[in-house]
Amino acid sequence: MNTQTTIAGVTLKNPVMTASGTFGSGMEYSEYLDLNRLGAVVTKGVSNVPWPGNPTPRVAEVYGGMLNAIGLQNPGLDVFRKRDLPFLEQFDTKVIVNVCGKTVEDYVAVVEQLGEETSVAMLEINVSCPNVKEGAIAFGQKTEALYGITREIKRYAKQPVIMKLSPNVTDIGEMAKAAEAAGADAVSLINTITGMKIDIHRRRFALANRTGGLSGPAIKPVAVRMVYQAAQAVKIPVIGMGGIATGEDAVEFLLAGASAVSVGAMNFVDPLTTIKVIEGIEAYMEQYHIENLSDLIGAVEG
Amino acid sequence: MKQKQTARVISQRELAPGILDMWLDTELAVQARPGQFLNLYTKDKSLLLPRPISICEVREDGRALRMVYRIVGKGTGEFSRYREGDPIEILGPLGNGFPYEKSVGKKVFLMGGGIGIPPMLELAKRLKAEKQIVLGYRNGDLFLGEDLEKYGRVFVATEDGSAGTKGNVMDAVRENGLEAELIYACGPLPMLRAVKAFAAERGIPAYISLEERMACGVGACLGCVVKTRAVHPHTNVNNARICTDGPVFEAGEVEI
Repeated sequence: MNTQTTIAGVTLKNPVMTASGTFGSGMEYSEYLDLNRLGAVVTKGVSNVPWPGNPTPRVAEVYGGMLNAIGLQNPGLDVFRKRDLPFLEQFDTKVIVNVCGKTVEDYVAVVEQLGEETSVAMLEINVSCPNVKEGAIAFGQKTEALYGITREIKRYAKQPVIMKLSPNVTDIGEMAKAAEAAGADAVSLINTITGMKIDIHRRRFALANRTGGLSGPAIKPVAVRMVYQAAQAVKIPVIGMGGIATGEDAVEFLLAGASAVSVGAMNFVDPLTTIKVIEGIEAYMEQYHIENLSDLIGAVEG
Repeated sequence: MKQKQTARVISQRELAPGILDMWLDTELAVQARPGQFLNLYTKDKSLLLPRPISICEVREDGRALRMVYRIVGKGTGEFSRYREGDPIEILGPLGNGFPYEKSVGKKVFLMGGGIGIPPMLELAKRLKAEKQIVLGYRNGDLFLGEDLEKYGRVFVATEDGSAGTKGNVMDAVRENGLEAELIYACGPLPMLRAVKAFAAERGIPAYISLEERMACGVGACLGCVVKTRAVHPHTNVNNARICTDGPVFEAGEVEI
C-alpha cells in the first residue's frame, strides 16, 4: 500500500499533517506521539517579531466544536529558528512553517529569512486568521488583495508556497483561483469560521475578543464543501482541513479533492488523533483494495 | 510516550451541594504532585474539550486519585452521575504543582477559596512545615475541613458569616492575627489578588495556583495564558501558559 502524496514536488510519507496553531511547534506533543509518523508538521504561525496575542479568555467550547481567539501569539522568527526548528529537524517528517504578518513587508521578512533554512519543506501563508485586527485576514477576503500578497511572497520565497484560505468569503473558488493565478503552489483550507458565543448567565461575551474562530467536528461539512469547490476551481493541490477526527473524515476530504489533510482541534481532544487518522486511512485503503492513495484524490462520483 | 488512559471510578459522593468527591483507580496516581491537575474527558462528544480538574489527594499506595470538583455545566454534570466501576478517560498529571519542598521547617499558610480548596489537601499531607490552613467558603456548606484538620490548624471564613470569620480568607488571617513566612494559595482571582498584595507587603513568597479557560492542557494551543512581569523564556513575550508553565506561579511573577 502506498500512502504517499506529493504537493508542489514535496513528497509526504502519508497525507496527514497538523493544522497550524493546534500543535505548537511540535515540541509540546512530542511527548504524546511519535512525530516521525506524521506526513508533515505545520507549525504555529511565525511572525518577524514576537506577538503577545489577545487577552483571555481565548477559548470557549460550543456544541461539537470550539471557538478560539488566540491572536497569533508566537515567540517570533529568531526564537523559532534557534529553538523550534532545530527540534523539528530531529524527526523524519516534513516541516511546513506557517507565516503570519501585519504588512506585506512583515510576511516577506519571514519568508526571506526562512529561505536560508533547508529543513523547511514548504511555507504556509496565513492570510485567514479571523482574530487579529491588522494583516492576516485583511489579505484573505478580497481576490485582489490575496493576489497581490501571493505575488509578492512568491517573488522572495525559496520554498513552495501554500496559501491558507479563509472560509469567511462569498466564493471560495474565486479565492483559490486568485492564489493560483498569482503563483501559489498550493492552497490549504479551511481556516476557522468566525463565530461568537455569549454567556447568558453573566450576559458577557465568552471570549475577550468577542468573536473567535470556530473549529472542530461542527465545521466539517462546510469544510468538505469548500475543499470540493476549491479543488474544482484550481489545478494546484488543495490541502483540506476542518473538524477531521477519524480516518473516515480524512477520506471524505481526499475524495472531495484534497491531496493532503490536516488535523486541528481534535489534537486537543486526543493527542493521538493524527496517528488514528493515519491508521484509519490505511484501514480504508485495505478494505477497498486501494493500492495508491493518489487514486482517492478527487475520486468522488455522481 | 504519555497518553490518555482509562481510569475506573472507585466511589463518588456529594460533599456539599454541587461539590462532588470522586476517587479514580489509576496507575498515574504515583506520578502526581500536589497542585497538578488531570484532564477529564466527557463521553458526550458534543462537549469537545477536556475538563481540567485539580488533584485533591493521592492514595497512599499511589494507585488512586481523589478529585473534588464543583458541578458547573454539562461536562461536570456528566461526571457527577458516574458510579463505581464506570470508566473515564483522563490525561495527566498535568502542570507543575506546588513547590512544597521550599517550606521545610517554615511557618506557612495554605489558603483555599471555594473549589480552590481541594489541592490544599495533598499539599498539606506532604508539607513538613508549621501549617495554618485558611479556608474560604460562600456559606455554611463546608467541605474538606475535617480532612485538612489532620494536617494543621484550620481557620474558616464564610462570605455570609454562617461559619468562622465573616468575609474572605484574608479577613480570617486578620481576625486571628496569623503570620507566615510562605504562602500557598488556590482560589478565585479576587482572593489571589489579595494574597499577592499581602505577601508583597510582608515581603514573603506566595505560590498561587491559577485557572483559565483551556483547550489542550499540554502547552500547545496557547489558550490559557497569564500576563507575566518579565518576558517568559518559553513564549518570548510577557505571557506564560497556565497549563504547563503553571498552574502554580510565584505571585510576584504574574500580573493578575
